Amino acid sequence: MSEAKVSSAKARSAPPQVSVWRRFVNHLMTGVAVLTVLIVLVPLVAIFGYLLYKGFGSINWAFLTQTPKPVGEPGGGMANAIVGSMFILAIGSLIGVPLGIGAGIYLSEYGRNRFGDAIRFISDVLNGVPSIVIGIVAYGVVVLRQKHFSALAGGFALAIMMIPTIARTTEQMLLLVPQAIREAAYGLGIPRWRATLSITLRTATSGVITGVMLAFARVAGETAPLLFTAFGNQFWNLRLDQPTAALPLQIFTYAISPFDEWHRQAWAGALVLIVLIVGAVAAVRIAVSRGTLAGAR
Amino acid sequence: MGVGIQVKALNAWYGKTQALYDINLHMQANHATALIGPSGCGKSTFIRCLNRMHETIPEARVEGQVQFGDFDAYNGTSPTQLRRRVGMVFQKPNPFPTMSIYDNVASGLKLNGFRNRKQLDDTVETALQASALWEEVKDDLHKKSGAGLSGGQQQRLCIARALAVQPEVLLMDEPCSALDPISTGKIEELIFQLKEKYTIVIVTHNMQQAARVAEFTGFFLLGKMVEFDKTEKIFTNPSDKRTEDYITGRFG
Amino acid sequence: MRTRFQQGLDELRQKLLRMGGLAEQAVDRACQAYRDRDLSRCQLVLENESLINAAEREIDELAFDLLAMQQPMAGDLRFILAVTKINADLERVGDQSVNIAERVMDMVELPAVDLPVDIPRMAAAVSAMVRRALESFVEGKAELAQAVLEMDNVVDRMRDEAFIMLVKTMNERPEATRQALDALLVARNLERVADHATNIAEDVIFWVRGFDVRHNVPDPDSQSQQEIKRT
Repeated sequence: MSEAKVSSAKARSAPPQVSVWRRFVNHLMTGVAVLTVLIVLVPLVAIFGYLLYKGFGSINWAFLTQTPKPVGEPGGGMANAIVGSMFILAIGSLIGVPLGIGAGIYLSEYGRNRFGDAIRFISDVLNGVPSIVIGIVAYGVVVLRQKHFSALAGGFALAIMMIPTIARTTEQMLLLVPQAIREAAYGLGIPRWRATLSITLRTATSGVITGVMLAFARVAGETAPLLFTAFGNQFWNLRLDQPTAALPLQIFTYAISPFDEWHRQAWAGALVLIVLIVGAVAAVRIAVSRGTLAGAR
Repeated sequence: MGVGIQVKALNAWYGKTQALYDINLHMQANHATALIGPSGCGKSTFIRCLNRMHETIPEARVEGQVQFGDFDAYNGTSPTQLRRRVGMVFQKPNPFPTMSIYDNVASGLKLNGFRNRKQLDDTVETALQASALWEEVKDDLHKKSGAGLSGGQQQRLCIARALAVQPEVLLMDEPCSALDPISTGKIEELIFQLKEKYTIVIVTHNMQQAARVAEFTGFFLLGKMVEFDKTEKIFTNPSDKRTEDYITGRFG
Repeated sequence: MRTRFQQGLDELRQKLLRMGGLAEQAVDRACQAYRDRDLSRCQLVLENESLINAAEREIDELAFDLLAMQQPMAGDLRFILAVTKINADLERVGDQSVNIAERVMDMVELPAVDLPVDIPRMAAAVSAMVRRALESFVEGKAELAQAVLEMDNVVDRMRDEAFIMLVKTMNERPEATRQALDALLVARNLERVADHATNIAEDVIFWVRGFDVRHNVPDPDSQSQQEIKRT
């Protein structure tokens, strides 16, 4: 009996140096990890905080419903820019999302070959092209043809920017779907195209949507591609083939102006832009999770 | 009703490597035939040649003839048409995770164009009853996802999904190897009942299972079929020494 | 592969052979006791009976264990089943040897009488049958077992002859009735031993060929059957 006690006591305080040192290193590493997270969070929190601080005061009903007023006149807002951004993003998504998802499906299901590799390469290159260059291309392709700036051209530019991101994430998400699922579908006599769309893609839905929202959030704040395409507009415009206001453009214009009133409105605009983007992503997340069944991933 | 399966001179390759050598076999309608053999002997490849799943692998090739009753699997039938008549259940249960139980079972029908709601309801219920799963899930048909069931239930769901398409033949590739003994027992009971309406071919690593479930057994070794006979004969007095060695655990 | 199982099978085989040796020895001793009217040999037979019974229990236990724990198939399964049956027959051989010894003990108290039967010759044939049956088990040769089946007819005839001659003796010389009766019973015991040897041979054929030849169903693989088919 006493022997057992002695040996267990020995086990508890077994090689003391090793255990203390290892515990210390463990805690140190945990601390480092937490620290890095905090460091990353700091700019994020700082930006949000600063935006709130600088912009919140300027947001009022007039801001959200009125078009810009000339300098000197009180009031005015960015209503046209908010609506214009929505139009441009809608057009961009309508073009970019189906093309991007389609490309992703091709790469994952049919493109496991040299040709697919070439497409992947081109997609990565396109991803790295500066946004202003894309804007100039859109200018050349759409604006020069139509002889005017338009929301359409802006949407076109944004679509080009969305496609590589969406294609790559869609491909990755589809590759994550286990081959067993595809085999189950083929085993039921479902044709390959149908299986890909209704089963493989459906299984990867949440991942694909994440990819889409990533691309969306990125282009929602892009300014450079809209410079030569949507061009901006101080007045209401609901036509797709005329120059259109957009939040990032408006913020840019106001921020580089010499007027304090406009600087104030720029802060407010920036805050509204961030809120809208976060809101859109959150709304989609909630909608997706509501549609998911009990027990599914 | 099930149909008999006649296999003549079947050879199969993965790229340059030959996996099956000149297989000749007749599997009786409304009976269960078990295929046994050590790992890599070709039994899984063989069963996948029966419903042309072997072709889905790039650079895979098949030569020979597979006849189901009166229709030829390789000449004059497309793979999708074939697979609606020859169903398959896989080793690891693979229900569609984002679909409900109902949608899982109905998927073979829905995605092939059948939309009649009443017909689908009836077929789903019949299939779930045939796979002894109805009582356990009838209240959660639309609420629970296919992946939210236990392993044994998932496999029975996969069986129901295969049966809903009303095939004539059911191919099972080691259906119980991922399951516990009780679930295995339930599925073996099921196979017994299914024999009345379907022809069943089951690949298994478990010789006792083959003995319990199948009337005929084929022993595969290195891509060739060494012996094919009534199960009692194979397990009490096989003709080929290699079969005897495998069955008594002398190798493999 | 399956070392523990193989060891179990080997152990089972060894135990059965040892028991076979004990049974053979019992028969031989009992028959020598008859020939030499030797009481001490009878005593030995009676004493060794318990060894045979203990061996029977051990063998059954081991066979049962192997069946339950090792899922034997095909040849191995037939082997274990054959062993359990041969086991029972050997124990009965031991019992019959005891019966013979008891007859001898009775006979020795009576005056020796000349009887028209050659029990020692019958005993030699029966002993040979037991030995050959065990040999066929050791070698795993069905031909040897087949030979034992054929010898059974010979022994049956010997028993029938002995019966007729001894009944005649009892009618003609009533004073020798008890001795004749003892001899008759010994002949009967020997014939029973021959039957058990035959059973052992049939079990060996079942194990080796996978075919049940009991109750005179001919073995389709045997030489004689092949010849019958050819003609």
